[in-house]
Amino acid sequence: MVAAEAEGEALVSDEPLSFWGGYDQRTGEIIDRRHPLSGQIAAARVLVIPASRGSSTTTAVLLEAVRLGKAPAAIVTGTVDHFFALASIVADEMYRRPIPIVALPADDFATLQTGQWIQVRRDGTLIVKASREA
Amino acid sequence: MSLRLSNDDQAQLAGDCGPAARMAMTIIVRMAEVCDAGSLMDITAAHIDSALYQGGATLEFAERLAGLEAKVVVPTTLNVSGVDEHGWRDWAVPPEWAVKARRQMIAYQSMGCQPTWTCAPYQIESKPKFGQQIAWGESNAICFANSVIGARTERYPDLMDICAAITGRVPAAGLHLAENRAGQILMRLVDVPRRVQEDDEFYPVLGHLIGKIAQDRIPVVAGIEIVPAEDQLKALCAATASSGAVALVHLAGITPEASTLEAAFQGKSPQQTIEVTMERLRAARRELTTADGEKLDLVALGSPHFSLAEFQKLAPLVEGKQRHPGVQFLVTSSRLMTELADKAGCLAPLKQFGGQVTVDTCVLTTPMLHPEIKTLMTNSAKYAYYAPGLLNAQVVFGRLEDCVRSAVEGRVVRDESLWKE
Repeated sequence: MVAAEAEGEALVSDEPLSFWGGYDQRTGEIIDRRHPLSGQIAAARVLVIPASRGSSTTTAVLLEAVRLGKAPAAIVTGTVDHFFALASIVADEMYRRPIPIVALPADDFATLQTGQWIQVRRDGTLIVKASREA
Repeated sequence: MSLRLSNDDQAQLAGDCGPAARMAMTIIVRMAEVCDAGSLMDITAAHIDSALYQGGATLEFAERLAGLEAKVVVPTTLNVSGVDEHGWRDWAVPPEWAVKARRQMIAYQSMGCQPTWTCAPYQIESKPKFGQQIAWGESNAICFANSVIGARTERYPDLMDICAAITGRVPAAGLHLAENRAGQILMRLVDVPRRVQEDDEFYPVLGHLIGKIAQDRIPVVAGIEIVPAEDQLKALCAATASSGAVALVHLAGITPEASTLEAAFQGKSPQQTIEVTMERLRAARRELTTADGEKLDLVALGSPHFSLAEFQKLAPLVEGKQRHPGVQFLVTSSRLMTELADKAGCLAPLKQFGGQVTVDTCVLTTPMLHPEIKTLMTNSAKYAYYAPGLLNAQVVFGRLEDCVRSAVEGRVVRDESLWKE
Protein backbone atom coordinates (compact mmCIF):
# COMPACT_ATOMS: atom_id res chain seq x y z
CA MET A 1 0.00 0.00 0.00
CA VAL A 2 2.89 2.34 0.77
CA ALA A 3 6.21 1.27 -0.69
CA ALA A 4 9.41 1.38 1.37
CA GLU A 5 12.02 -1.04 2.69
CA ALA A 6 12.47 -2.22 6.26
CA GLU A 7 13.25 -5.23 8.37
CA GLY A 8 12.65 -6.27 11.92
CA GLU A 9 11.40 -8.83 14.37
CA ALA A 10 7.71 -9.61 13.96
CA LEU A 11 5.21 -8.67 16.68
CA VAL A 12 1.96 -10.40 15.80
CA SER A 13 -1.62 -10.29 17.04
CA ASP A 14 -4.96 -11.20 15.50
CA GLU A 15 -6.60 -8.30 17.35
CA PRO A 16 -6.97 -4.86 15.65
CA LEU A 17 -5.41 -1.84 17.40
CA SER A 18 -6.23 1.85 17.72
CA PHE A 19 -2.94 3.76 17.95
CA TRP A 20 -4.70 6.60 19.79
CA GLY A 21 -5.12 5.17 23.26
CA GLY A 22 -3.25 2.07 22.14
CA TYR A 23 0.28 3.16 21.22
CA ASP A 24 2.60 5.45 23.13
CA GLN A 25 4.26 7.60 20.47
CA ARG A 26 7.09 8.55 22.86
CA THR A 27 8.14 4.98 23.70
CA GLY A 28 6.58 2.67 21.11
CA GLU A 29 4.79 0.71 23.84
CA ILE A 30 1.38 -0.78 23.16
CA ILE A 31 -0.79 0.70 25.90
CA ASP A 32 -4.29 -0.60 25.10
CA ARG A 33 -4.72 -2.52 28.36
CA ARG A 34 -7.40 -4.73 26.79
CA HIS A 35 -5.12 -5.73 23.87
CA PRO A 36 -3.11 -8.99 23.86
CA LEU A 37 0.07 -7.04 23.01
CA SER A 38 -0.34 -4.62 25.95
CA GLY A 39 3.09 -3.78 27.37
CA GLN A 40 5.05 -4.89 24.30
CA ILE A 41 7.36 -2.45 22.53
CA ALA A 42 6.54 -2.22 18.82
CA ALA A 43 9.12 0.45 17.93
CA ALA A 44 11.54 -0.79 15.25
CA ARG A 45 9.65 -4.09 14.97
CA VAL A 46 7.37 -5.27 12.18
CA LEU A 47 3.89 -4.92 13.65
CA VAL A 48 1.48 -7.52 12.25
CA ILE A 49 -2.17 -6.82 13.08
CA PRO A 50 -5.37 -7.30 11.06
CA ALA A 51 -6.22 -3.58 10.91
CA SER A 52 -6.60 -0.41 12.93
CA ARG A 53 -9.76 0.28 14.82
CA GLY A 54 -11.39 3.08 16.74
CA SER A 55 -10.11 6.61 16.76
CA SER A 56 -9.33 8.62 13.64
CA THR A 57 -6.41 10.10 15.60
CA THR A 58 -4.49 6.85 15.00
CA THR A 59 -2.79 8.54 12.03
CA ALA A 60 -1.63 11.52 14.09
CA VAL A 61 -0.15 9.22 16.74
CA LEU A 62 1.67 7.13 14.14
CA LEU A 63 3.03 10.26 12.40
CA GLU A 64 4.32 11.60 15.72
CA ALA A 65 5.91 8.22 16.45
CA VAL A 66 7.70 8.42 13.08
CA ARG A 67 8.95 11.92 13.92
CA LEU A 68 10.26 10.71 17.30
CA GLY A 69 11.82 7.55 15.85
CA LYS A 70 9.47 5.29 17.84
CA ALA A 71 7.29 3.93 15.03
CA PRO A 72 7.19 0.28 14.00
CA ALA A 73 9.73 -0.52 11.25
CA ALA A 74 6.79 -1.64 9.09
CA ILE A 75 3.13 -2.50 9.52
CA VAL A 76 1.61 -5.60 7.95
CA THR A 77 -2.19 -5.89 7.93
CA GLY A 78 -4.78 -8.41 6.81
CA THR A 79 -6.96 -5.79 5.09
CA VAL A 80 -6.37 -2.53 3.26
CA ASP A 81 -6.19 -0.12 6.19
CA HIS A 82 -6.49 3.53 5.21
CA PHE A 83 -5.34 4.91 8.56
CA PHE A 84 -1.89 3.33 8.48
CA ALA A 85 -1.50 4.13 4.77
CA LEU A 86 -2.35 7.79 5.28
CA ALA A 87 0.05 8.18 8.22
CA SER A 88 2.88 6.73 6.16
CA ILE A 89 2.04 8.89 3.11
CA VAL A 90 2.09 12.03 5.26
CA ALA A 91 5.34 10.88 6.90
CA ASP A 92 6.74 10.68 3.37
CA GLU A 93 5.42 14.12 2.36
CA MET A 94 6.54 15.79 5.60
CA TYR A 95 9.74 14.02 6.58
CA ARG A 96 10.63 11.80 3.60
CA ARG A 97 10.38 8.91 6.06
CA PRO A 98 7.55 6.60 4.92
CA ILE A 99 7.27 3.27 6.69
CA PRO A 100 6.22 0.33 4.54
CA ILE A 101 2.55 -0.63 4.89
CA VAL A 102 1.70 -4.02 3.43
CA ALA A 103 -1.74 -5.66 3.19
CA LEU A 104 -1.57 -9.46 2.90
CA PRO A 105 -4.17 -12.02 1.78
CA ALA A 106 -5.73 -13.78 4.80
CA ASP A 107 -3.88 -17.09 4.23
CA ASP A 108 -0.47 -15.41 4.17
CA PHE A 109 -1.32 -13.15 7.10
CA ALA A 110 -2.18 -16.21 9.21
CA THR A 111 1.31 -17.72 8.77
CA LEU A 112 3.16 -14.87 10.51
CA GLN A 113 4.31 -15.35 14.09
CA THR A 114 5.92 -13.21 16.76
CA GLY A 115 9.70 -13.61 16.77
CA GLN A 116 10.09 -14.27 13.05
CA TRP A 117 12.44 -11.94 11.16
CA ILE A 118 10.61 -10.09 8.39
CA GLN A 119 12.23 -8.18 5.56
CA VAL A 120 9.87 -5.94 3.60
CA ARG A 121 10.96 -5.23 0.03
CA ARG A 122 10.00 -2.17 -1.95
CA ASP A 123 7.68 -4.16 -4.20
CA GLY A 124 5.67 -5.26 -1.15
CA THR A 125 6.97 -8.82 -0.94
CA LEU A 126 8.05 -10.16 2.44
CA ILE A 127 11.00 -12.41 3.20
CA VAL A 128 10.26 -14.29 6.40
CA LYS A 129 12.86 -16.19 8.41
CA ALA A 130 12.41 -18.11 11.67
CA SER A 131 14.77 -15.66 13.39
CA ARG A 132 17.30 -12.99 12.50
CA GLU A 133 20.14 -15.50 12.50
CA ALA A 134 18.29 -18.24 10.61
CA MET B 1 -8.37 0.39 -11.40
CA SER B 2 -6.51 3.34 -12.85
CA LEU B 3 -7.28 6.73 -11.39
CA ARG B 4 -8.75 9.35 -13.74
CA LEU B 5 -8.37 12.93 -12.56
CA SER B 6 -10.51 15.83 -13.73
CA ASN B 7 -8.92 18.94 -15.20
CA ASP B 8 -9.49 20.75 -11.91
CA ASP B 9 -7.88 17.89 -9.96
CA GLN B 10 -4.86 18.03 -12.26
CA ALA B 11 -4.64 21.81 -11.87
CA GLN B 12 -4.58 21.47 -8.07
CA LEU B 13 -2.00 18.70 -8.32
CA ALA B 14 0.20 20.82 -10.59
CA GLY B 15 0.16 23.70 -8.10
CA ASP B 16 -2.05 26.00 -10.19
CA CYS B 17 -4.21 26.62 -7.12
CA GLY B 18 -1.25 27.29 -4.85
CA PRO B 19 1.20 25.14 -2.89
CA ALA B 20 -1.24 24.20 -0.10
CA ALA B 21 -3.77 22.78 -2.55
CA ARG B 22 -0.92 20.93 -4.27
CA MET B 23 0.19 19.34 -0.98
CA ALA B 24 -3.39 18.41 -0.06
CA MET B 25 -4.20 17.05 -3.52
CA THR B 26 -0.98 15.01 -3.57
CA ILE B 27 -2.10 13.27 -0.38
CA ILE B 28 -5.67 12.77 -1.67
CA VAL B 29 -4.39 11.26 -4.94
CA ARG B 30 -1.99 8.91 -3.15
CA MET B 31 -4.87 7.77 -0.92
CA ALA B 32 -7.12 7.32 -3.97
CA GLU B 33 -4.50 4.91 -5.30
CA VAL B 34 -4.47 3.02 -1.98
CA CYS B 35 -8.31 2.80 -2.14
CA ASP B 36 -8.14 1.70 -5.77
CA ALA B 37 -10.60 4.47 -6.64
CA GLY B 38 -11.36 5.20 -10.30
CA SER B 39 -11.87 8.93 -9.75
CA LEU B 40 -12.29 11.66 -7.17
CA MET B 41 -15.63 13.19 -6.23
CA ASP B 42 -16.92 16.40 -4.63
CA ILE B 43 -17.76 16.81 -0.97
CA THR B 44 -19.89 19.71 0.28
CA ALA B 45 -18.89 19.84 3.97
CA ALA B 46 -16.07 18.66 6.22
CA HIS B 47 -15.42 18.06 9.91
CA ILE B 48 -11.79 18.18 10.96
CA ASP B 49 -10.24 16.02 13.67
CA SER B 50 -6.69 17.07 12.72
CA ALA B 51 -6.72 20.16 14.94
CA LEU B 52 -6.12 17.92 17.95
CA TYR B 53 -2.54 18.54 19.11
CA GLN B 54 -0.68 15.24 19.46
CA GLY B 55 2.89 16.52 19.52
CA GLY B 56 5.29 18.18 17.14
CA ALA B 57 4.21 16.36 14.00
CA THR B 58 0.57 17.44 14.06
CA LEU B 59 1.60 21.03 14.78
CA GLU B 60 4.20 21.05 12.00
CA PHE B 61 1.63 19.65 9.56
CA ALA B 62 -0.92 22.31 10.56
CA GLU B 63 1.55 25.19 10.40
CA ARG B 64 2.98 24.02 7.11
CA LEU B 65 -0.49 24.12 5.53
CA ALA B 66 -1.33 27.43 7.22
CA GLY B 67 2.03 28.87 6.16
CA LEU B 68 1.22 27.93 2.56
CA GLU B 69 -2.01 29.92 3.01
CA ALA B 70 -4.29 26.91 2.79
CA LYS B 71 -8.01 27.70 2.72
CA VAL B 72 -10.91 25.28 2.99
CA VAL B 73 -13.33 25.37 0.04
CA VAL B 74 -16.38 23.83 1.78
CA PRO B 75 -18.12 24.69 5.09
CA THR B 76 -15.85 23.07 7.68
CA THR B 77 -16.33 22.48 11.40
CA LEU B 78 -13.63 21.63 13.94
CA ASN B 79 -13.53 18.67 16.32
CA VAL B 80 -12.03 18.83 19.81
CA SER B 81 -8.68 20.54 20.25
CA GLY B 82 -5.78 19.71 22.54
CA VAL B 83 -6.66 22.32 25.13
CA ASP B 84 -9.58 24.21 26.69
CA GLU B 85 -8.50 27.54 25.22
CA HIS B 86 -9.69 29.71 28.09
CA GLY B 87 -10.05 27.25 30.98
CA TRP B 88 -6.84 25.19 30.93
CA ARG B 89 -5.20 27.05 33.85
CA ASP B 90 -7.78 25.52 36.23
CA TRP B 91 -6.24 22.10 35.58
CA ALA B 92 -2.88 20.37 35.41
CA VAL B 93 -2.19 21.25 31.76
CA PRO B 94 1.51 22.09 31.28
CA PRO B 95 1.80 25.65 29.87
CA GLU B 96 4.08 24.48 27.08
CA TRP B 97 1.42 22.01 25.94
CA ALA B 98 -1.27 24.70 26.09
CA VAL B 99 0.77 27.10 23.96
CA LYS B 100 1.43 24.52 21.25
CA ALA B 101 -2.11 23.13 21.27
CA ARG B 102 -3.40 26.67 20.91
CA ARG B 103 -1.05 27.36 17.99
CA GLN B 104 -2.54 24.32 16.29
CA MET B 105 -6.08 25.66 16.93
CA ILE B 106 -5.13 29.00 15.40
CA ALA B 107 -3.57 27.33 12.34
CA TYR B 108 -6.83 25.55 11.48
CA GLN B 109 -8.93 28.64 12.11
CA SER B 110 -6.66 30.57 9.72
CA MET B 111 -7.64 28.07 7.02
CA GLY B 112 -11.27 29.12 7.40
CA CYS B 113 -12.54 26.31 9.64
CA GLN B 114 -15.30 27.25 12.09
CA PRO B 115 -14.18 27.08 15.74
CA THR B 116 -16.95 24.70 16.83
CA TRP B 117 -14.52 22.57 18.90
CA THR B 118 -16.83 19.64 19.42
CA CYS B 119 -16.84 15.89 18.88
CA ALA B 120 -20.66 16.00 18.55
CA PRO B 121 -20.92 18.18 15.41
CA TYR B 122 -24.15 16.37 14.50
CA GLN B 123 -25.91 18.15 17.38
CA ILE B 124 -25.26 21.67 16.11
CA GLU B 125 -27.11 23.64 13.45
CA SER B 126 -24.63 23.01 10.67
CA LYS B 127 -25.13 19.23 10.80
CA PRO B 128 -25.30 17.46 7.42
CA LYS B 129 -28.40 16.21 5.65
CA PHE B 130 -29.51 12.81 4.42
CA GLY B 131 -27.53 11.74 1.36
CA GLN B 132 -25.05 14.64 1.59
CA GLN B 133 -21.49 13.76 0.57
CA ILE B 134 -19.15 14.90 3.35
CA ALA B 135 -15.62 14.26 4.63
CA TRP B 136 -15.70 13.81 8.36
CA GLY B 137 -13.03 12.87 10.87
CA GLU B 138 -13.70 11.72 14.49
CA SER B 139 -14.77 8.12 14.74
CA ASN B 140 -17.96 8.67 16.74
CA ALA B 141 -19.11 11.50 14.48
CA ILE B 142 -18.43 9.47 11.33
CA CYS B 143 -20.58 6.66 12.66
CA PHE B 144 -23.41 9.00 13.69
CA ALA B 145 -23.39 10.94 10.39
CA ASN B 146 -23.54 7.77 8.30
CA SER B 147 -25.89 5.76 10.48
CA VAL B 148 -28.33 8.16 12.10
CA ILE B 149 -28.39 11.01 9.55
CA GLY B 150 -27.69 8.99 6.40
CA ALA B 151 -25.04 11.44 5.20
CA ARG B 152 -22.12 9.78 3.41
CA THR B 153 -18.57 9.83 4.64
CA GLU B 154 -15.70 7.40 4.60
CA ARG B 155 -13.90 6.75 7.87
CA TYR B 156 -11.44 9.62 7.38
CA PRO B 157 -8.29 9.69 9.46
CA ASP B 158 -6.73 12.82 10.94
CA LEU B 159 -4.63 14.73 8.40
CA MET B 160 -6.76 13.51 5.48
CA ASP B 161 -9.95 15.30 6.57
CA ILE B 162 -8.27 18.70 6.13
CA CYS B 163 -6.86 17.71 2.72
CA ALA B 164 -10.43 16.93 1.62
CA ALA B 165 -11.64 20.29 2.94
CA ILE B 166 -8.85 22.18 1.11
CA THR B 167 -9.38 20.42 -2.23
CA GLY B 168 -13.13 19.75 -1.92
CA ARG B 169 -12.37 16.28 -3.28
CA VAL B 170 -12.14 12.71 -1.97
CA PRO B 171 -11.59 9.31 -3.57
CA ALA B 172 -14.90 8.04 -5.00
CA ALA B 173 -14.87 4.94 -2.86
CA GLY B 174 -16.13 3.25 0.28
CA LEU B 175 -19.19 4.60 2.04
CA HIS B 176 -19.61 7.46 -0.44
CA LEU B 177 -21.06 4.90 -2.86
CA ALA B 178 -24.54 3.48 -2.21
CA GLU B 179 -23.54 -0.08 -3.07
CA ASN B 180 -20.93 -0.13 -0.29
CA ARG B 181 -23.47 0.82 2.38
CA ALA B 182 -25.32 -2.51 2.51
CA GLY B 183 -25.41 -4.35 5.82
CA GLN B 184 -22.98 -7.27 6.13
CA ILE B 185 -23.80 -8.98 9.41
CA LEU B 186 -27.09 -9.35 11.27
CA MET B 187 -27.21 -8.86 15.02
CA ARG B 188 -30.59 -9.91 16.36
CA LEU B 189 -31.71 -8.99 19.87
CA VAL B 190 -33.09 -12.09 21.57
CA ASP B 191 -35.16 -11.70 24.74
CA VAL B 192 -33.82 -8.26 25.58
CA PRO B 193 -36.67 -6.77 27.63
CA ARG B 194 -38.21 -3.46 26.69
CA ARG B 195 -37.27 -1.91 30.05
CA VAL B 196 -33.61 -2.63 29.21
CA GLN B 197 -34.01 -1.13 25.74
CA GLU B 198 -35.49 2.02 27.23
CA ASP B 199 -32.57 2.53 29.59
CA ASP B 200 -29.71 4.87 28.62
CA GLU B 201 -27.18 2.31 29.85
CA PHE B 202 -28.25 -0.21 27.20
CA TYR B 203 -26.87 1.82 24.25
CA PRO B 204 -23.18 2.14 25.15
CA VAL B 205 -23.16 -1.52 26.21
CA LEU B 206 -24.81 -2.67 22.97
CA GLY B 207 -22.44 -0.45 20.99
CA HIS B 208 -19.39 -1.93 22.71
CA LEU B 209 -20.60 -5.44 21.86
CA ILE B 210 -21.43 -4.53 18.24
CA GLY B 211 -18.01 -2.98 17.65
CA LYS B 212 -16.17 -5.99 19.06
CA ILE B 213 -18.05 -8.42 16.86
CA ALA B 214 -18.45 -6.37 13.69
CA GLN B 215 -14.92 -4.84 13.62
CA ASP B 216 -14.84 -3.21 10.17
CA ARG B 217 -18.03 -4.78 8.79
CA ILE B 218 -21.41 -3.07 8.55
CA PRO B 219 -23.77 -4.45 11.20
CA VAL B 220 -27.55 -4.43 11.04
CA VAL B 221 -29.28 -4.55 14.42
CA ALA B 222 -32.76 -6.06 14.51
CA GLY B 223 -35.15 -6.21 17.41
CA ILE B 224 -35.01 -2.73 18.93
CA GLU B 225 -38.65 -2.14 19.82
CA ILE B 226 -38.49 1.49 20.89
CA VAL B 227 -37.38 4.68 19.14
CA PRO B 228 -34.10 5.55 20.85
CA ALA B 229 -33.36 9.16 21.77
CA GLU B 230 -30.66 11.05 19.87
CA ASP B 231 -28.25 10.86 22.82
CA GLN B 232 -28.81 7.11 23.10
CA LEU B 233 -27.85 6.71 19.43
CA LYS B 234 -24.86 8.98 20.05
CA ALA B 235 -23.69 6.70 22.88
CA LEU B 236 -24.17 3.63 20.71
CA CYS B 237 -22.19 5.05 17.78
CA ALA B 238 -19.32 6.23 20.00
CA ALA B 239 -19.05 2.78 21.55
CA THR B 240 -19.10 0.85 18.25
CA ALA B 241 -16.42 3.14 16.86
CA SER B 242 -14.17 2.53 19.89
CA SER B 243 -14.26 -1.25 20.28
CA GLY B 244 -14.47 -1.65 16.50
CA ALA B 245 -13.85 0.24 13.27
CA VAL B 246 -17.56 0.63 12.63
CA ALA B 247 -18.35 3.63 10.42
CA LEU B 248 -21.95 2.66 9.66
CA VAL B 249 -24.49 0.68 11.65
CA HIS B 250 -28.06 0.14 10.52
CA LEU B 251 -30.83 -0.21 13.11
CA ALA B 252 -33.74 -1.96 11.40
CA GLY B 253 -36.89 0.14 11.48
CA ILE B 254 -35.04 3.11 13.00
CA THR B 255 -32.18 4.52 10.94
CA PRO B 256 -32.89 6.07 7.52
CA GLU B 257 -31.31 3.45 5.27
CA ALA B 258 -32.88 0.57 7.22
CA SER B 259 -36.64 1.03 6.93
CA THR B 260 -36.74 -2.76 6.60
CA LEU B 261 -34.17 -5.52 7.06
CA GLU B 262 -34.18 -6.08 3.32
CA ALA B 263 -33.44 -2.40 2.67
CA ALA B 264 -30.59 -2.46 5.20
CA PHE B 265 -28.99 -5.43 3.41
CA GLN B 266 -29.89 -4.04 -0.04
CA GLY B 267 -31.55 -7.37 -0.77
CA LYS B 268 -28.40 -9.40 -0.02
CA SER B 269 -28.02 -12.09 2.64
CA PRO B 270 -26.09 -11.47 5.86
CA GLN B 271 -22.59 -12.99 5.96
CA GLN B 272 -23.21 -13.96 9.56
CA THR B 273 -26.05 -13.82 12.09
CA ILE B 274 -25.35 -13.20 15.76
CA GLU B 275 -27.79 -13.41 18.62
CA VAL B 276 -27.53 -10.55 21.10
CA THR B 277 -28.64 -12.03 24.40
CA MET B 278 -28.73 -10.57 27.89
CA GLU B 279 -25.83 -12.85 28.73
CA ARG B 280 -23.68 -11.31 25.98
CA LEU B 281 -24.74 -7.81 27.02
CA ARG B 282 -23.81 -8.50 30.65
CA ALA B 283 -20.37 -9.70 29.55
CA ALA B 284 -19.90 -6.57 27.40
CA ARG B 285 -20.91 -4.38 30.32
CA ARG B 286 -18.41 -6.12 32.60
CA GLU B 287 -15.63 -5.49 30.07
CA LEU B 288 -16.16 -1.76 30.25
CA THR B 289 -15.12 -1.73 33.90
CA THR B 290 -11.49 -2.39 34.81
CA ALA B 291 -11.48 -1.23 38.45
CA ASP B 292 -12.45 -3.40 41.36
CA GLY B 293 -13.46 -2.05 44.74
CA GLU B 294 -15.18 1.15 45.73
CA LYS B 295 -12.35 3.66 45.46
CA LEU B 296 -13.16 6.66 43.27
CA ASP B 297 -11.31 9.88 42.35
CA LEU B 298 -13.21 11.40 39.45
CA VAL B 299 -16.54 11.20 37.65
CA ALA B 300 -16.14 12.17 33.98
CA LEU B 301 -19.16 12.68 31.74
CA GLY B 302 -19.44 13.92 28.18
CA SER B 303 -17.73 11.68 25.63
CA PRO B 304 -19.00 12.52 23.08
CA HIS B 305 -19.57 16.09 24.28
CA PHE B 306 -22.59 16.57 26.53
CA SER B 307 -25.70 17.90 24.77
CA LEU B 308 -28.29 20.29 26.14
CA ALA B 309 -30.63 17.33 26.71
CA GLU B 310 -27.95 15.58 28.77
CA PHE B 311 -27.36 18.71 30.87
CA GLN B 312 -31.13 18.85 31.40
CA LYS B 313 -31.11 15.25 32.58
CA LEU B 314 -28.17 15.82 34.91
CA ALA B 315 -29.38 19.06 36.55
CA PRO B 316 -32.25 17.60 38.64
CA LEU B 317 -30.02 14.68 39.70
CA VAL B 318 -27.43 17.00 41.27
CA GLU B 319 -29.78 19.74 42.44
CA GLY B 320 -29.47 20.43 46.14
CA LYS B 321 -26.70 17.86 46.60
CA GLN B 322 -22.96 18.12 47.18
CA ARG B 323 -20.25 15.96 45.76
CA HIS B 324 -17.93 14.23 48.21
CA PRO B 325 -14.74 16.29 48.69
CA GLY B 326 -12.64 13.31 47.58
CA VAL B 327 -14.33 12.93 44.19
CA GLN B 328 -14.04 15.48 41.38
CA PHE B 329 -17.02 15.76 39.06
CA LEU B 330 -16.37 16.87 35.48
CA VAL B 331 -18.52 17.33 32.40
CA THR B 332 -16.90 17.85 28.98
CA SER B 333 -18.91 19.69 26.37
CA SER B 334 -18.78 22.35 23.66
CA ARG B 335 -18.91 26.09 24.22
CA LEU B 336 -22.26 26.22 22.42
CA MET B 337 -23.95 23.49 24.49
CA THR B 338 -22.53 24.90 27.72
CA GLU B 339 -23.96 28.30 26.88
CA LEU B 340 -27.36 26.78 26.07
CA ALA B 341 -27.24 24.75 29.29
CA ASP B 342 -26.46 27.91 31.25
CA LYS B 343 -29.42 29.75 29.69
CA ALA B 344 -31.64 26.77 30.49
CA GLY B 345 -30.60 27.02 34.16
CA CYS B 346 -28.70 23.70 34.16
CA LEU B 347 -25.24 24.98 35.06
CA ALA B 348 -26.02 26.63 38.38
CA PRO B 349 -27.10 23.40 40.14
CA LEU B 350 -24.08 21.61 38.68
CA LYS B 351 -21.72 24.27 40.04
CA GLN B 352 -23.41 24.24 43.45
CA PHE B 353 -22.96 20.48 43.46
CA GLY B 354 -19.22 21.06 43.04
CA GLY B 355 -19.14 20.00 39.42
CA GLN B 356 -16.97 21.57 36.72
CA VAL B 357 -17.32 21.94 32.96
CA THR B 358 -14.46 21.81 30.48
CA VAL B 359 -15.03 22.90 26.89
CA ASP B 360 -13.19 22.51 23.54
CA THR B 361 -11.53 19.25 24.52
CA CYS B 362 -11.94 16.22 26.82
CA VAL B 363 -10.07 14.30 29.52
CA LEU B 364 -8.49 12.05 26.90
CA THR B 365 -7.23 14.75 24.56
CA THR B 366 -5.60 17.23 26.90
CA PRO B 367 -3.30 16.42 29.85
CA MET B 368 -5.62 18.10 32.38
CA LEU B 369 -5.86 15.46 35.10
CA HIS B 370 -3.44 15.17 38.01
CA PRO B 371 -1.61 11.85 38.04
CA GLU B 372 -3.09 11.06 41.46
CA ILE B 373 -6.41 10.42 39.73
CA LYS B 374 -6.27 6.66 39.57
CA THR B 375 -9.93 5.63 39.28
CA LEU B 376 -12.62 7.33 37.27
CA MET B 377 -16.27 6.54 36.73
CA THR B 378 -18.23 7.35 33.59
CA ASN B 379 -21.43 6.57 31.71
CA SER B 380 -19.53 6.78 28.41
CA ALA B 381 -18.27 3.61 26.75
CA LYS B 382 -15.74 5.72 24.86
CA TYR B 383 -14.22 7.15 28.03
CA ALA B 384 -14.33 3.66 29.53
CA TYR B 385 -12.60 2.16 26.51
CA TYR B 386 -9.71 4.61 26.23
CA ALA B 387 -9.07 5.82 29.80
CA PRO B 388 -6.95 2.85 30.93
CA GLY B 389 -4.46 3.33 28.07
CA LEU B 390 -4.44 7.12 27.81
CA LEU B 391 -4.76 8.08 31.47
CA ASN B 392 -3.12 5.07 33.06
CA ALA B 393 -6.24 4.91 35.24
CA GLN B 394 -8.78 2.29 36.24
CA VAL B 395 -12.31 2.85 35.09
CA VAL B 396 -15.83 2.05 36.30
CA PHE B 397 -18.69 2.12 33.81
CA GLY B 398 -22.11 3.00 35.21
CA ARG B 399 -25.35 4.77 34.49
CA LEU B 400 -25.68 8.54 34.93
CA GLU B 401 -27.67 8.20 38.18
CA ASP B 402 -24.98 5.92 39.64
CA CYS B 403 -22.22 8.35 38.62
CA VAL B 404 -23.98 11.10 40.60
CA ARG B 405 -24.68 8.84 43.58
CA SER B 406 -21.07 7.66 43.66
CA ALA B 407 -19.80 11.25 43.55
CA VAL B 408 -22.00 12.08 46.55
CA GLU B 409 -21.04 9.02 48.58
CA GLY B 410 -17.37 9.21 47.67
CA ARG B 411 -17.26 5.56 46.61
CA VAL B 412 -18.46 3.48 43.68
CA VAL B 413 -22.11 2.49 43.98
CA ARG B 414 -23.96 0.84 41.12
CA ASP B 415 -27.57 -0.21 40.72
CA GLU B 416 -27.41 -3.67 39.17
CA SER B 417 -31.16 -4.28 39.00
CA LEU B 418 -31.44 -3.71 35.24
CA TRP B 419 -28.90 -6.46 34.58
CA LYS B 420 -30.07 -9.06 37.14
CA GLU B 421 -30.52 -12.61 35.87
